[in-house]
Amino acid sequence: MAEPKRKERPAAQLLQGNVAAAEAAIRAGCRFFAGYPITPSSEIMVRMAELLRERGGAFMQMEDEIASICAVAGASWSGAKAMTATSGPGFSLMQEGLGYAYFTETPLVLIDVQRAGPATGQATHVAQGDVMQFRYGSHGDLFPIALVPWSVQEMYDLTIRAFNLAERFRTPVFLAADEAVGHLRENAVLHDDYEVVDRVRFGDGDPFGSADPAGVPVMPAFGDGRALMVTGSTHDPKGFRKVDDPNVHDALVTRLMRKVMDHADEIVEVDAHLLDDAEIGIVAYGISARTSIAAVKRLRAKGVKAGLLRLKTLWPFPEREIARLGERVRAIVVPELNKGMIAGVVRGCTRARVLSITQTNGKTIDPSRVVRFAEEMS
Amino acid sequence: MTRAMEQYLRKGLKGTAFCPGCGHGLLLGSILRAVDRLGIPQDDLLFVSGIGCAAWIPSPNIGTDTLHTLHGRAIPFATGAKLANPKLTTIIASGDGDLTSIGGNHLIHAARRDLDVTVICANNQIYGMTGGQTACTTPVGTHTATDPAGNVFRPFDVCRLVKAAGARYAARYPVTRPVELIDAIEKAIRIKGFTFVEAISPCPTQYGRRNALGDLAKLYEAVDASCVTAEEAARLGEDERRRRFVVGEVVS
Repeated sequence: MAEPKRKERPAAQLLQGNVAAAEAAIRAGCRFFAGYPITPSSEIMVRMAELLRERGGAFMQMEDEIASICAVAGASWSGAKAMTATSGPGFSLMQEGLGYAYFTETPLVLIDVQRAGPATGQATHVAQGDVMQFRYGSHGDLFPIALVPWSVQEMYDLTIRAFNLAERFRTPVFLAADEAVGHLRENAVLHDDYEVVDRVRFGDGDPFGSADPAGVPVMPAFGDGRALMVTGSTHDPKGFRKVDDPNVHDALVTRLMRKVMDHADEIVEVDAHLLDDAEIGIVAYGISARTSIAAVKRLRAKGVKAGLLRLKTLWPFPEREIARLGERVRAIVVPELNKGMIAGVVRGCTRARVLSITQTNGKTIDPSRVVRFAEEMS
Repeated sequence: MTRAMEQYLRKGLKGTAFCPGCGHGLLLGSILRAVDRLGIPQDDLLFVSGIGCAAWIPSPNIGTDTLHTLHGRAIPFATGAKLANPKLTTIIASGDGDLTSIGGNHLIHAARRDLDVTVICANNQIYGMTGGQTACTTPVGTHTATDPAGNVFRPFDVCRLVKAAGARYAARYPVTRPVELIDAIEKAIRIKGFTFVEAISPCPTQYGRRNALGDLAKLYEAVDASCVTAEEAARLGEDERRRRFVVGEVVS
């Protein structure tokens, strides 16, 4: 009898980050994409147009970003895994639609490839200035999920994870990419040994309520015969608008918070490098974590005990991991491509000394800046 | 609503949110009668609306899938829902402010793309729910909360607008002429591609009161009298014509 063929792991290939994200979306089951061109995210849309044509599904270049996010939410309610991609100014336009998707518990994935702002800023240059827009961009109390890739491989891996989390928690999930990672070209493996989470579409229970106060309700699709009432106004578990009932509003907002925050352990991922004996802890994310790992290596070669805590999840914020780090190191350094947005959040999680390295010139931080900074401190 | 249409109303409803005399209740009846005539299974029907009084025509009143969205964005939501499940008969029912002002760009692009949906625009010529502010459909000279001295800007002729953008069908009738209105809605849903029906719907609370149009009976008479056919309009002088709605099929 012939030996069964062993499934071979696909070979690594040279890929752009944005293209890897599009490939991942298709493999995670995405069958709808709507978007509007904006640098530096457009390669995602262009690749999705090709892939959806080849693999089946619907692609629509909409008239603007507002229409794009609304179309993605509409497609999700028709049962499709759906995605859009954009950058800062487009992300701002999408905030109202994202709030709607959050409040109606509509799974979708949004990739924001950050560029330098405010306003139209520097369209082709890198920044990490949208990190608060993921968290606080839309009005009302929202508890979003945002993952942050640092490599082309993670543009692939974390896009798949974003779809899985969107379906698992029935909520919009962000991929907080940046221009440098989106436009980076490096080897990545488009592997297929991952779990794919599908929507719980059929089952008992109401479409907007759950017996568990942190529960995720079933989500039937349009056409399933459930006469769904979907509204962005305050609604009861069946979907009836109940805008004047304080208890209904509070229960809904609280459940949506607990649905994410009570499961933070399942969502939050960090990556520790050389932290066991570290005296200086660097906390970084995205392309600035690439800078930081290079700096850690140089510092170690000079005898400075530095280590890196890399954030793979930005929101919910890895508060507990930061607190633990703060107990072990003399100081925490946070290099980032904005004026210290995440450094401020880190300060709220620890009594340790937190120092911020900021850069807003459209360039990545050179590792030598982090090395010099850490040397002066030690 | 007659008992014959009750099957289309959502179970558990405790009345409507419409003001007494609002034309939107009549429009709801017309939409349901058109749908009933077409015999579309209720499970295949999706109604999408934006924000405002007219957005409440389908949501929650109609007992099918309903998607009650953001102000101005009913059409893009419907675009995604229809493309992801083309079997759904997708009907967008919303107000004039929602569809033609904040959502005007989406309206013309959906017509340009020939998206296979029917848009029903309840045109009461004013922002009702937010307190009677001027709309882009408010006639010249009429009074609103934001134009107490009278509106000076020309209103959109929405049927001609969607015609220019490529609509396959466009028609305008007042809710006071339900036979024509039901026929137009039925025809619009039957035609594949982007179709549009504008229903002139009286707003007694905001528009009627601010323009001293009298009691409900007088208001409805005035609305009906302001609607003329193209032939009747051709016999009127320019000033007279400007104050009327030309009703009928604009694209057929």
